[in-house]
Amino acid sequence: MLRTLSRSDWLLLIVFAAVVLTLPWTMQPIGAAYPDLLQKFAIYGLFAIGFNILFGLTGYLSFGHAAFLGVGSYAAVWSFKLLTMNVLPALALSVAVAGVFAFLIGYVSLRRSGIYFSILTLAFAQMSYNLAYSVFTPITNGETGLQVRAIRASAETPLRDGDVRIIDQALGVQEVGIPISNLFGMKMSGYPGFYFCAVLLIIGFFIALSISRSNFGMMLKAIKSNQNRLKYTGVHTRPYLIAAFVISGMYAGLAGSLLSITDPIAGAERMQWTASGEVVLMTILGGAGTLIGPVLGAGLIKYAEQKVSSWNEGILHDAFSLLPGPVQDFFVEFATLFVGEGWHLTLGLMFMIIVIFLPGGLMEGFRRLRRALTSGRSSASRTMSSTSPVQERG
Amino acid sequence: MSVAEMATHGTDERGFRSGVPNKVLHVDDVHKSFAGLHALSDVDLDVRQGETHAIIGPNGAGKSTLLNVCVGRIKPDRGAVIFDGNTLTGKAPHEINQLGVARVFQTPEVFLDLSVLQNVMVPALSKRDGYFNLNPFTAFAGETAIRDEAEEVIANVGLKYHIHSPASSLSRGDKRRLELAMCLIQHPKLLLLDEPTAGMARHDTNATIDLLKEIKENGMTKIIIEHDMHVVFSLADRITVLAGGRIIAQGSPEEIKNNPKVKEAYLGEEQV
Amino acid sequence: MDAIFLQILNGLDKGGAYALIALGLTLVFGTLGVVNFAHGALFMLGAFCAVTLNRLLNISFERVSETETNFLGKPLVEQVPYLEQWFGPEVAGFLLDWSVPISILLAVVVMAIVGIAMERGLIKHFYKRPHADQILVTFGLAIVLQEIVRHFFGANPIPQPAPDIVAGAANVGAWLGLGDNLIYPWWRLIYFLFSAVVIFAVFAFLQFTTFGMVVRAGMHDRETVGLLGINIQRRFTIVFGLAAAVAGIAGAMYTPILPPDYHMGMDFLVLSFVVVVVGGMGSLGGAVLAGFLLGILQSFASMTAIKSILPGIDQIIIYLVAVIVLLTLPRGLMGRPGVAED
Repeated sequence: MLRTLSRSDWLLLIVFAAVVLTLPWTMQPIGAAYPDLLQKFAIYGLFAIGFNILFGLTGYLSFGHAAFLGVGSYAAVWSFKLLTMNVLPALALSVAVAGVFAFLIGYVSLRRSGIYFSILTLAFAQMSYNLAYSVFTPITNGETGLQVRAIRASAETPLRDGDVRIIDQALGVQEVGIPISNLFGMKMSGYPGFYFCAVLLIIGFFIALSISRSNFGMMLKAIKSNQNRLKYTGVHTRPYLIAAFVISGMYAGLAGSLLSITDPIAGAERMQWTASGEVVLMTILGGAGTLIGPVLGAGLIKYAEQKVSSWNEGILHDAFSLLPGPVQDFFVEFATLFVGEGWHLTLGLMFMIIVIFLPGGLMEGFRRLRRALTSGRSSASRTMSSTSPVQERG
Repeated sequence: MSVAEMATHGTDERGFRSGVPNKVLHVDDVHKSFAGLHALSDVDLDVRQGETHAIIGPNGAGKSTLLNVCVGRIKPDRGAVIFDGNTLTGKAPHEINQLGVARVFQTPEVFLDLSVLQNVMVPALSKRDGYFNLNPFTAFAGETAIRDEAEEVIANVGLKYHIHSPASSLSRGDKRRLELAMCLIQHPKLLLLDEPTAGMARHDTNATIDLLKEIKENGMTKIIIEHDMHVVFSLADRITVLAGGRIIAQGSPEEIKNNPKVKEAYLGEEQV
Repeated sequence: MDAIFLQILNGLDKGGAYALIALGLTLVFGTLGVVNFAHGALFMLGAFCAVTLNRLLNISFERVSETETNFLGKPLVEQVPYLEQWFGPEVAGFLLDWSVPISILLAVVVMAIVGIAMERGLIKHFYKRPHADQILVTFGLAIVLQEIVRHFFGANPIPQPAPDIVAGAANVGAWLGLGDNLIYPWWRLIYFLFSAVVIFAVFAFLQFTTFGMVVRAGMHDRETVGLLGINIQRRFTIVFGLAAAVAGIAGAMYTPILPPDYHMGMDFLVLSFVVVVVGGMGSLGGAVLAGFLLGILQSFASMTAIKSILPGIDQIIIYLVAVIVLLTLPRGLMGRPGVAED
């Protein structure tokens, strides 16, 4: 297993780990060094890494990945309610349940490809979302969301209002009020929660890196490049696709589980297709098919969401305070479109700009920038770069 | 098959069918029609071990349909294709390939996003590991044995200096060589070539002929569909002529050259 | 029997909306080869054309009443629409009452302009890009459009009145001799008829005009038509405008049935895509058929009798049908071979 990675890959992994683990310090200047936001970076980073294994490597665009995120969240909360507040069973259950769910949906959806696949996954996600709000309310607690409660006093109390936590009870864990998820006693909120997510992110990154460098990963890339050729080369592409789908579903389940671990409430809105769209955007923004890109995209979007949606007119007036009154008012009026509640507008615009001008995402942008810089220095490298054509994203 | 046709080339054909044991591919009475149009009617064909068998015919004669029936892309209405003791009809493309049939497409089909080396290593992996092998932790870069072999095959087809270039940067002729290399590394029992020199300049065509002749010496069986008579007569051991979905002649290049029905079919096309 | 009939009626208006949106989606996909995820947003914009017109007609000035006083005994300050000032109360009242049907005129013009601008400004550049890119960029556009609407109109649904004369319910049962307990809101009936008329108009346009002939030929085989020296590009721009206008008037007329809010476009889009896929990508007839079929199926699934057997079926029936159709009939109900089959 360790032989999978080359020396430069190990270097990449070490740098990645270092950057992730020092985030609480490096994020201070831009005002992002608080646990809630850092946890989101790590969790959505995992979600995007997993999504990228499907979309980035095989080119299959799923519009329903939020379903697995939601399923993972519910599974984790149920593990808290029924078994224990320890996070390990919750993680295991979430990943397993999301994996099974992804297998069922993937098995059916992957019988088609292209736009039909996108619509099938979208249809399945919408079904899950609608069912979570209607028939499955005993499991999901509908619009209120599923929450961790105190241990129930009598067996008559419905499970959604009172928990049992069999393992904790058996071990005689004392609870005061609503308990917080923990890892053998270490509370999973604040910075410990972030570090727990960060370690999982690094492990997740390592696995994705290994997959990308493996025979399996090469087959996935070949599927994206020319699936028809691959079939006539003796490869049965469906099992590979199903495996990629299930793996990326398990990543989503893990991310959902972490959402519940850091904030023990699960709601159906996590399964909505706008959430699926968000992970697509993260991946595209950073660069689909690249390793760092999805994590970068996830971080940027979560950061921008936090910041842009907290800005209000007062902040805008300060920002434009150098301008004369009426001009200032005009700019502020215009800018309110994009901030605060208008955050989604900014998100949509970012989506369009990236797809129109930089389909390879930020990583592609960096590559072009580097190429421009190096070719400016020597003409020899310019001729080299002009013979190797820019690869199109499929 | 009509009585008249049987009379023209029937005897030696029948004798071969019943007697010679070392036939690799046996097309048995295949019939296929599209929306009432007979693309293939009563096609019987045998390909012997180690020979290069050319299928020629005017446009719309059913050549490509026949090839697609052989690789499982099209399911015939009637009849069967038997390869090495296995029925190919109804099998999926990957199963047919795993049995030892490799195919070169009319327009080169390669993995454009991958490098030349990776392009050749993928088929080698599928040959070794079968149609599916879940190995997310086996390093692709660690497949040294396969890489060495791939490098050798790439050098043989003349792409040594492009080995790390992306396939998308190759010329059309070089893509064809790459596709050939992807087939050769699998050591197929049967290689199907669909117009391997289509759209090539004369120089490239000659180079491809030389390459294919070289493979011939390895004893690989080949079926080749081709328009270019220069290519056909340089390579083929035996030729089958299709017209209007039927086999109108079969035999050695010399026999075909002198067959009046073949001349008629081709002249007829020119008049149109 | 009555219940079944009522469910069919219930499905018709919704089915009409699905069919109109799906028709536009299919036209655009069939001619331009573009998967437009912003088409639902066009439906939503059309609905807000009706809201805008209603608000425009209601622009008022303040007038101190000469006769009435407020509870403090001071003269009452009234809001008087300019319309009333200019044309007198009767005309103004009529215009306000009929604002939704009138807004069709506004919606046609506005949406055709929006559609053409969208095609020239954005979609044009995506003809040659992969379907995934088209989906993504139009998805982004859909978010932008709906957020702009939310900024100006707020997040809450804005009810729109149907004209008084058709505000009640029609006694459909009596017409058909099925007894009196089969009544159905007038406006829904009108919406169904309206959608049928629009659908027939679009089909007639495509069938009987030279323009339509070229478009149909282009849907069938784009390259050949291009080779004939016909400027297919400009016609396709007009097709996009047409599709946008159809979606727009569908939205405007739907406002009395469903008070429009900013995310109605997305809600309808997902369903309409499913409709298109069920009908068969690129088949206009299929889109219309599937639209009505799914609308009716959905209303059957909401019957209590059926919900008690299969709880939650009303929530998922459309998606379920889509999954089954996609897996058993790869080309949908009426799709032609070779259209986006992979």
